[in-house]
Amino acid sequence: MISVSMEKELVKHLVRKAATLRYPFDKFPPVEGLRGKHVWDREKCVGCGLCARDCPSSAIEMIGKGLTAELKINLGRCLFCGQCEDGCPREAIKLTQVYELAESDRKKLVLEFKREST
Amino acid sequence: MIERICGICSHAHTTCYTQAVEEALKVDLPPRAKYIRTVVAELERIHNHYFWLGILAHEIGFDTLFMYTWRDREIVMNLLELISGNRVQYAMNIIGGVRRDIMPSLSSEIMKGVKILAERMTYYKKVCLDEKTILARCVNVGVLKAKDAISLCAVGPTLRASNVRRDVRADDPYAAYDEIPFHVVTYDGCDVASRIATRCDEVLESVKIIRYALEHLPTGSIEVIVSRVVPSAETIARVEAPRGENIHYLRSNGTDKPARYKVRAPTLANLPALCRMLIGGYVADIPVVIAGIDPCFCCMDRLAFADTNTDKTWSWEGERLRKYGVKWYKKK
Repeated sequence: MISVSMEKELVKHLVRKAATLRYPFDKFPPVEGLRGKHVWDREKCVGCGLCARDCPSSAIEMIGKGLTAELKINLGRCLFCGQCEDGCPREAIKLTQVYELAESDRKKLVLEFKREST
Repeated sequence: MIERICGICSHAHTTCYTQAVEEALKVDLPPRAKYIRTVVAELERIHNHYFWLGILAHEIGFDTLFMYTWRDREIVMNLLELISGNRVQYAMNIIGGVRRDIMPSLSSEIMKGVKILAERMTYYKKVCLDEKTILARCVNVGVLKAKDAISLCAVGPTLRASNVRRDVRADDPYAAYDEIPFHVVTYDGCDVASRIATRCDEVLESVKIIRYALEHLPTGSIEVIVSRVVPSAETIARVEAPRGENIHYLRSNGTDKPARYKVRAPTLANLPALCRMLIGGYVADIPVVIAGIDPCFCCMDRLAFADTNTDKTWSWEGERLRKYGVKWYKKK
């Protein structure tokens, strides 16, 4: 049943562009400051382990300690709260604006950051 | 983690949690952090009420209104994304303050956004209260008298639509609500129609709060450094979530992890009142009455029926019941 009080509104919308996008062909640009996929700067990281300790969902695992420490981030557990980024004393972890993170295999959700073998 | 309790009122739950911990730590927030918390909380209320209006319209079978309200909800979700970096799980609260600041350029974006939201909500309120199809489904449906609402401990807009002036923001102010003038919306219809009107007016009230808070945003820091270890204490925090009063109980034992934690979300408090509303109503009205309290129970709605005349029992899921209700009213 079409309402009387909405008639004007409905007519107005006949000539308007659709509000939705044809995803995945069209995409909204991510906003500045979006919390998405992590990047790790191995040069800056001192392996203090604060990120792993602070992470509310235990998504971050630090393998080893100190300057040789490597990082494992499980995106399946991650809340994208940004605590690791805020807590890092050296700004070694950053959240980027990459937001399309769906995977069909759970194992692919684990990001492994390694130090180059020297 | 607290944020994941609810997808819609994530900010209300974290506010409640941080308040409980801050009370145990005996820290005072900087005024700017309080104002930012208030702004995000009110944007969340707008988000929730737009969302709810869409759901209710869908339950009635009025999908046009559902689409329009959800399209306009995008405006407030984009604003929240600009402020916090995420559309739903804002992660704005940290113990001792807020994570991100609101810059003047962002503040003018918010002002622009809420202006459109206020205009649209004024229009939707007019539609809801003039439109015959909505009135036929909502007036004198799911009646909850003020006396029952108080004795059954209803909370939030459900309680206020039964003409009881009770709101945690006004009665036990937290964040910056003690400094911001606002009006507690009440209606005396006691039915689903007055719950619509209450929520529509609350959105307009929220817009006023946001404008006031942004215009009077104090300067200063947005967080205080707090100790990681919380001393032994027992605290209770209350917050007016979009759906009603939210209670969090915390007991700490001197470590950095809580010893006991209990959450009472508003839907649980509204369930006894919901049972009273359903008595004496039509089966076709059940979806609308349930949607009227703005429930949050995992969308696992299934109903068991028992006919006392024929001893027949059967069960329907929510969608089937919704279709039955729409069809029944079409025939009527």
